Amino acid sequence: MSHNAFITEERIEGDADGALAGRTVAVKDNISTAGLRTTCGSTTLEEYVPPYDATVVERLKAAGATIVGKTNMDEFGMGTTTETSAFGPVENPAAEGRVPGGSSGGSAAAVAAGEADLALGSDTGGSVRCPAAFCGVVGIKPTYGLVSRYGLVAYANSLEQIGPLAPTVEEAAELLEVLAGSDPNDATTREPPADAETDYAAAADGDVSGLTIGVPTELLEGADDGVRAIFEDALAELEMKGATTTAVSLPSVEAAVQAYYVIAMSEASSNLARFDGVRYGRSGEGEDDGNWNESFAAARDVGFGEEVKRRVLLGTYALSAGYHDKYYKKAQDARAWVKQDFDSAFESVDVLASPTMPVPPFERGESLDDPLQMYLADANTVPINLANLPAISVPAGETDEGPVGLQLVGPAFGEATIIRAGSALS
Amino acid sequence: MTAQTAEQRDLTAVIGLEVHVQLETETKIFCGCSTQPDDDEEPNTRTCPVCLGLPGALPVLNEGAVEAAVKVGKALGSEIPEETRFHRKNYYYPDLPKNFQITQYDAPICDSGEIEFGVDGDRRTVEIERAHLEEDPGSLSHAGGSIDTAEYTLIDYNRAGTPLMEIVTAPDFRSAAEARAFLAKLTEVLEYLGVFDVTRNGSLRVDANLSIVDAAEVDEGGGIDEETLESANRTEVKNISSHKGAEKALAYEETRQKNAIQRGREVEQETRHWDESRGITVSMRSKEEEKDYRYFREADLPPLRVSGWKEEIEIPELPDARRERFREEYGLDAESASKLTSTKQVADFYERIAEKFDSGLAATWVADNLLGELHYRDMAITDVTDRLGEFTRLVELVDTGEITVKNAEEVVLRRMLDDRLDPETVVESEGLGKTDDDAVAAAVSDAIEENPDAVEDYHAGEDGALNFLVGQVMAETGGSADPGTVNELLRERLEG
Ligand SMILES: [Zn+2]
Repeated sequence: MSHNAFITEERIEGDADGALAGRTVAVKDNISTAGLRTTCGSTTLEEYVPPYDATVVERLKAAGATIVGKTNMDEFGMGTTTETSAFGPVENPAAEGRVPGGSSGGSAAAVAAGEADLALGSDTGGSVRCPAAFCGVVGIKPTYGLVSRYGLVAYANSLEQIGPLAPTVEEAAELLEVLAGSDPNDATTREPPADAETDYAAAADGDVSGLTIGVPTELLEGADDGVRAIFEDALAELEMKGATTTAVSLPSVEAAVQAYYVIAMSEASSNLARFDGVRYGRSGEGEDDGNWNESFAAARDVGFGEEVKRRVLLGTYALSAGYHDKYYKKAQDARAWVKQDFDSAFESVDVLASPTMPVPPFERGESLDDPLQMYLADANTVPINLANLPAISVPAGETDEGPVGLQLVGPAFGEATIIRAGSALS
Repeated sequence: MTAQTAEQRDLTAVIGLEVHVQLETETKIFCGCSTQPDDDEEPNTRTCPVCLGLPGALPVLNEGAVEAAVKVGKALGSEIPEETRFHRKNYYYPDLPKNFQITQYDAPICDSGEIEFGVDGDRRTVEIERAHLEEDPGSLSHAGGSIDTAEYTLIDYNRAGTPLMEIVTAPDFRSAAEARAFLAKLTEVLEYLGVFDVTRNGSLRVDANLSIVDAAEVDEGGGIDEETLESANRTEVKNISSHKGAEKALAYEETRQKNAIQRGREVEQETRHWDESRGITVSMRSKEEEKDYRYFREADLPPLRVSGWKEEIEIPELPDARRERFREEYGLDAESASKLTSTKQVADFYERIAEKFDSGLAATWVADNLLGELHYRDMAITDVTDRLGEFTRLVELVDTGEITVKNAEEVVLRRMLDDRLDPETVVESEGLGKTDDDAVAAAVSDAIEENPDAVEDYHAGEDGALNFLVGQVMAETGGSADPGTVNELLRERLEG
């Protein structure tokens, strides 16, 4: 049965051998593939064919992977359900009638349904971890700067990273090893510090003895009872295997959702400005009397969906003279506060744990009418993007409504630590 | 106010400039594409995903552009910050590939500075507020009219991403002539630094703002208080692309605003477009509201630490210093020193010649003869810098007396420039080698024999007679004899 996981299905063979030889990989449709259209789930880019490969695509090919297609997603990554795609919603293979999460819903569904061995997603505020949790697979959001963004169509460029999705922690770690590493085409990439463990696949050894897990009380407050019960079972399992847990407090996360949306929308308003109908999308529609400004507006009106328009408008507003200090600057201050909070938490713990999503998968259509509710569901994932930290979502169990994920957060370039902890659960 | 008092108002223009210059770097500011247009290149061929602003492409800073900017900062006496950052300036315009421009906002590469220049014999110093780096947009060509009236517009992104430096002055100019003199000095300095090529099309673009205040508001040091400046409506004049254009546009705008004020009308605060061909400024569309560029940090470019760059990066000797040195080291007068340092290339050319010959002879040949002939032909020193060797040999021919000064100036140099010949070829083909002594002696004998009247006049003490005989000899030798030698020989024969 098709889950509408792909926007474009096409095979691109990689090199004959390499770490991923013989594996199939589904690539989120906001990651550029030379000669293969890259739509970002938007009408605007319906016919856009990039002339170049994203760095991660080059690395996949060089590692011998076979790309099997471009996966469905919320338009430009703006959503938590993959229902804002111009190419139709994606079914959750693990929870019938429910959303797969988003925005990398197609990638998570492709892996969950076995339509690809592995997948690439991108995570701006939870877009890899949320669908991983909802579809019962593993997803990693790397430290900002570990994986090149060259070729990733930007939604909010100061927040996002490309990350792997896979059925198991070990496979996700193997894929991350192929993706990671600095890139001269992305000035924000950095090499991990010399003492950082970068043999990610080997780190998936399930050994959590002596590991200290902090549990931020604030990230449990909004959790649904069923989710909470599964989360506590998962913690108990980790304790049984030798980890210790301790409650910690991250008071700044109260401000995280607001700060995240202000920053993400502000950046989006600028990143999406180029889609004006001149080179992408439709133009010449609407009455513009030859006025280019009107023509741009008309092209954007037909090219963007409701959620994209909402975020671009709000972001433009937040950056405007007279509101910049009240919104954008304040959000930046909150971001600094969040970073600081995480830094101090990691002085006493090795990893932080929370439910990935406070709720099980929504029923389809449920959240579309209430964007604010949808934004609040990101409460546990967005602080990690604000703080540029690595996080993994691993399947922790299932409620009647669908899978539940456990999120483990590490210090910057602490991917090996969260992979090790996550691998103890499976 | 009454017309009478209006007529009596003594008004002064207040002018500030924003000068955009393209920096001479190998590659564009955020990608690896060349900045040098090929001859007859096709539109949109000198591009890549980055300068086309393709989805997913990311800028990577060309540190060569930052180095060039630091050189400019050193020459202007600017502060170079510890760390420099980039911002996005958001606005929609069809020549902008991303509909935002990457520029600098709160941490420009150069902060403050000044430039001293001469105008009408006075020295003036103008304050530089800041100078920052940014990317050049693409270029538009409107088919049949302006952007508002054209049937369609074509976009060429070849220029997009060329490094631009925007140099912002304080409103320190009081006349259009000052603005022009400043631009001449600024471009001279930039050329000396080797970061700017004035001959490149579109390499200089100037936006000027001008307002009019009562002359009485100007204090003795030439300053005007903020409040007065704020209260005067000013216009921003765009589309100026040359020194001369700046002077004309600002002179026009000054007159236009003064006339309005003298007639008791208010000057509208607006942006105006300099129409070079008509020699007027025109209002750009009806009242443009204050633009809001929604500046914010460009997260794709980490801040660049540049502390220490100012000390590490060296700049060549600047024009004022070189002029002074030429006067002292070569004993040149002010005019020659000034001519010989007018561009770095001229000064370098002169110094290479002066290494081999007397500095005065070298000055005459470069400042007077060569520059004069080049100017007459609408050529520049850069057209002959690769012929330094030929020019050296020309001066040598004169210095060793192998050809006459007159022939060197009037025949050899001119044919070298007009026909691209080397000096020996000209001397050969024109038969300009100095006539040998026997031939001159024979011509002297002939002149004396054939002009007995003149010989008689000479002995009678008439001054003109000798000159007449010299002329006869010169004519017979085709001008190749040395007039001094001829003179001497004639006297010897006539007296003997
Ligand atoms: Zn380029």
